Amino acid sequence: MSALIEFQDVSKLYQMGDTTIRAADHISMKIDAGEFVAIVGQSGSGKSTCMNIIGCLDVPTEGTYLLDGNDVGQMNKNQLAAIRNRKLGFIFQQYNLLPKLTLLENVEVPLMYAGVPRAERQERARVALEMMGLGDKLRQKPLQLSGGQQQRVSIARALVGEPAVILADEPTGALDSKTGREVLQILHDVHEAGNTVVLITHDNSIARQAQRIIRLEDGRVIYDGNSQAPEAVVSASQTERGPVQ
Amino acid sequence: MKLSESFRLALKNIVASKVRTLLTMLGIIIGVTAVIVIVGLGNGMEKYMTDSFSDMGTNLLTVMIPGRGSSRSVSVDQMYTIVAENPEYFDQLSPTVSMSGTVKIGTETADSTSVTGVSEDYFNMAGYAVASGRGLEYVDVAGRKNVCVIGSYLAQTYYSGSAVGQTIKVGANKLTIVGVMAQEADEMESGGTDDCIYLPYSTAARLSGTGTISSYSISVINEDAISESKAALESALYQIFEDDDAYMVTSMAELLDTMTSMINVLIIVLALIAAISLVVGGIGIMNIMLVSVTERTKEIGIRKALGAKERSIMQQFVIEAATTSTLGGLLGIAFGYLLSGIATLVIASLLEVDMAVTPTFGSILLAVGVSVAIGVVFGYLPAKKAARLNPIDALRYD
Repeated sequence: MSALIEFQDVSKLYQMGDTTIRAADHISMKIDAGEFVAIVGQSGSGKSTCMNIIGCLDVPTEGTYLLDGNDVGQMNKNQLAAIRNRKLGFIFQQYNLLPKLTLLENVEVPLMYAGVPRAERQERARVALEMMGLGDKLRQKPLQLSGGQQQRVSIARALVGEPAVILADEPTGALDSKTGREVLQILHDVHEAGNTVVLITHDNSIARQAQRIIRLEDGRVIYDGNSQAPEAVVSASQTERGPVQ
Repeated sequence: MKLSESFRLALKNIVASKVRTLLTMLGIIIGVTAVIVIVGLGNGMEKYMTDSFSDMGTNLLTVMIPGRGSSRSVSVDQMYTIVAENPEYFDQLSPTVSMSGTVKIGTETADSTSVTGVSEDYFNMAGYAVASGRGLEYVDVAGRKNVCVIGSYLAQTYYSGSAVGQTIKVGANKLTIVGVMAQEADEMESGGTDDCIYLPYSTAARLSGTGTISSYSISVINEDAISESKAALESALYQIFEDDDAYMVTSMAELLDTMTSMINVLIIVLALIAAISLVVGGIGIMNIMLVSVTERTKEIGIRKALGAKERSIMQQFVIEAATTSTLGGLLGIAFGYLLSGIATLVIASLLEVDMAVTPTFGSILLAVGVSVAIGVVFGYLPAKKAARLNPIDALRYD
């Protein structure tokens, strides 16, 4: 059986003035269905580029990205939009909820673009919000909620379309440590329920919540393996200086 | 995404920023209001003129023979021959002799009464009806009898309605009233259509001492062919006079046509000037939509990340612009009607003219159509800009 996410020698080049920047440098990796993977790296390591490519917001300059067997590099904008809609659920650092819509309407958005009829859409959105413990706030606006609650709305929105991959980009970055732990617990639960979760973070302690860590530096994979192994939380630059306590 | 969804989103956004939407719509509102009122005004003017002219008879040709510049003249019999020889054009003929002379009823004087000598066919030609007594008859004309039919104004004012059999004096001549006309105008007033006396033209010619009759009315068979009828009459008269300065044929219908088309040109020019406001309004909508796209860059990024296609985003913004301008158009129609009503009242009280400013159904359809089109046309560019945004950049936008 082929992997759910497969990078084959993927590179991404950006033109910055006269210089070409290689944000992803021949990355190859595989993520299977049902895994909980953290992609870790400092800023500039290429993890944002990776996340954009995994999220089908961007396509590789070189190499092949297969999502559930589909070659994303060959797709046009409309096909990319459709695959984002069907296969991916995004959780953003800044929640990215639409402030003018109610919670229910926010969660309905992916279903609306999938062409789900209104009544069914509302029902599914309600169920997803209830699962996140927000069943009593369906008609409220996002800004009436705390950060943790807003992030739970965005998790509900990510889950409602039953996507193949949940892609969480620094999901705890804007939260205090307690709410951050709650959100991570929810991601654990989401994973336990059989979903594939890809977590993008710069924070080793958060990355260790995942089963597996893929560590990036300068656009290359420098570690790919169990999250509990000691070398998983050590970057190349740090190894030169000695192990982390 | 379905159109109804886009429409709901658009309404939500419009409701969320009412003041901005209202200001955006202002240009459209003013433009549509102006177009509707101006077209309504033109419509009212045209109707007012048509009504006034049809009182005078749009089926009639009037022949004037000044009697100068030619030694020839035309007799009443010759005129009847012309009518009889052209049955495809002409129906009936009546010589008309206007008389001057004070009208006296007993000791009272009516100053502004018109006194006209006509043939027995005249009432039929002009569409007048006799309410009591009888009309003029051939024997009255042939016998030059001192009889007359009076308008309802005179009958009501001086005879309390029972005028038949009474007498009335025109100058020094006493006439017996044989009939009273039905009321013609909406309001009876001194000097109006109903303040009149008709007597046989032969009598009128005798009483006023004029030998030749210099004015005729001829009714045509087909009102639509009034120009051809006029030409036929002119050529017949030319054969008699061999001088086209010796007679003058006028038709009310042609005069009305000329004036109507002049009013129409004026209205079209005014409406076009008002329509400039629509274009300005459209540019206002485009401007606000461009601002809105920039403000909502993040929203567009989120929607794209969640699976919105370019077409969906495009549709959302175009429909929002079109909804805004359509709402503006509808408000403009409402204001247009309101203003038309006010204008009608103002005209009635200031000019004492009964002219209704009536917006046409066509101008309303046009107003709605133009507003929708403006929204779509001027919303297209901002919508294109929104749809083309790169989702990664848009998501990063703050």
